[in-house]
Amino acid sequence: MSATASAPNPAKTASSAGTAPGPSPAAIRPDRRNRSRHAYNLIGLLTFVVMIFPVYWLVISALRPNAEIRSYDQTLWPSSITFDNFSRAMDQANFGTAVKSSLIVCVTAVVGAMIMATIAAYAIGRFRFKGRRIFMIVLILVQLLPPTAMLIPIYLQLNELGALNEYWGVIIVYLVSTLPFATWMIRGFVINIPKELEESAMVDGCSQMGAFWRVVFPLLAPGLAAASIYSLINAWNEYLLAYVVLQDNDKYTLNVWLANFTTSRGVDYGALMAASTLIAIPVVAFFMVIQKKMAAGLTSGAVKG
Amino acid sequence: MSAADMKAADPAAPAPRRTEATGPRPPRGTARKARSVRARRAGELLPYLLIGPTIVAIAAVFLWPLAKTVIMSFQDVGRKELWTGEPAPWVGFEQFTDIFADAAFWDSVVLTVVFMAACVIATLALGLAVALMMQRMSAWVRLLVTAALIAAWSIPLMVAASIFRWFSDSDYGVWNMVLSKYLGLDFQGHNWFLDHRQGFVVIGAVVVWGAVPFVAITLYAALTQVPRELEEAAAIDGVGAFGNFRFVVWPVIKPVFQMVATLSVIWDFNVLGQVWLMRGTKPEPEYEVLGLYAFNKAFESNSFSQGAAISLITVGLLSGVAVYYLRQLLKIGEVE
Repeated sequence: MSATASAPNPAKTASSAGTAPGPSPAAIRPDRRNRSRHAYNLIGLLTFVVMIFPVYWLVISALRPNAEIRSYDQTLWPSSITFDNFSRAMDQANFGTAVKSSLIVCVTAVVGAMIMATIAAYAIGRFRFKGRRIFMIVLILVQLLPPTAMLIPIYLQLNELGALNEYWGVIIVYLVSTLPFATWMIRGFVINIPKELEESAMVDGCSQMGAFWRVVFPLLAPGLAAASIYSLINAWNEYLLAYVVLQDNDKYTLNVWLANFTTSRGVDYGALMAASTLIAIPVVAFFMVIQKKMAAGLTSGAVKG
Repeated sequence: MSAADMKAADPAAPAPRRTEATGPRPPRGTARKARSVRARRAGELLPYLLIGPTIVAIAAVFLWPLAKTVIMSFQDVGRKELWTGEPAPWVGFEQFTDIFADAAFWDSVVLTVVFMAACVIATLALGLAVALMMQRMSAWVRLLVTAALIAAWSIPLMVAASIFRWFSDSDYGVWNMVLSKYLGLDFQGHNWFLDHRQGFVVIGAVVVWGAVPFVAITLYAALTQVPRELEEAAAIDGVGAFGNFRFVVWPVIKPVFQMVATLSVIWDFNVLGQVWLMRGTKPEPEYEVLGLYAFNKAFESNSFSQGAAISLITVGLLSGVAVYYLRQLLKIGEVE
């Protein structure tokens, strides 16, 4: 902890220590502040470069001609841009079925999770009932179960149910894995919808169900969108369970399929980077949409899976 | 699990009170009252019906397998029992004593804990530093940094591992090239994974690179809650930068920091995926972190009971952290 605290400090102490003995601190301050701002900007730019470089390298390696990838002299810019790597990646066996598997598994799991999470979130956001607090605590604790430790128990359970090498086994596990976070996130939106809105709809003759569908549900839409994109990203990125459960080549999800580029003869980095870019694009796009809500949702008690 | 007894206990309790109240009323009212009691009773059941599916699903996918893991770790389930469904013999604590007697287990525990600690400390230190800097830099730089953080955050684990493998490739990797060409070190053809300590530097780099964005963005959000006037007032009173951080900023961001730290501990304890992917699905014994050790015991040696027992030990090791996290949440009043 002391290491974290002292890291940003030297520059800060230097800037403020000088201000005290000066004749007119007010006059000196703006200048000093400016100078320290420049220093921070410089470090900020450095941070930017370090954080963005892997992403840059991913995209640029995907677009580079293969001769440049197998070169001892990697350059920051490619000499020419080519889509060869992308076509090689898409020609790799089972690309089509992998896309299909990923879509089937992720979309089904997310739609199922959203339906169950919405009604559960409505219950804990609207009603006070015995066991509500315990239910919420269970929702948090389940998210804290270490996934690597759950892998073997879940695998054995799926084996018993005959769900190995079946989509539905993976779908159920993805669905339930995203359920606690989604419930928690949607609940945050439910408690922000005033109860009076529903009550007035019911006074005007709506049933409770009708009030929910006509009044609450439309207002929940942004929350549902955020929660479903978040769940979709998690399901899309999952690797280990899919690897263990799905055994046929034509059932592999995209992440498992990605291992095809690592062969005993070496790694085809150009195609691997192109395939990785293809997998990352939807995630990055969706992430941009929800990132504002994510930061808020995560700090307010919901846990990133 | 708790749904069943809640359902059973709840509707009975409020009913008698209502009928008592209807006692002195004229009989015509009782019929209507009785109907409304039934309606109210249904209304009280409603929330349980709504959370029912979620409870059943969580119980089926998490709690039931966990319970069975406990049972299995006291049995000896091998390949035969798994496929034929024959009852497995009971062996008591034998799986646990076997595991504790295995030097490889202790190696992997030490490895996992040390690696987790290093990653968590690096992530938190860098994340806090970035968050503090973001407060002080110009708006356009902050925008760039935020964009880079979000881009890094959104890259899937699989993809991140692939990128860093490509970075550290012994022949054409950009790290070796920069180190030998620009820094004059002899890194031509250097294999980063030959020595597992260097290998873990690479794996740690993936983990930290992927985890810093969450920490930095969350802490930055917390830092914006620190009242500016308070910092300025403290500065006028002659409090130095360090004092300002220690006594003004830290108390405000502390709860968020603790939460982020706990989550980092839990996530970095589960680095199985990264190790797995960096080593091309065939990690060497020196790379056996706890998750991998359990995985190999279950799927390579076909001793599913040992795998189950190790999983249980992992859950036990992390349950303390989980309880700490939960207590933090309860303290902030998040679970209301």
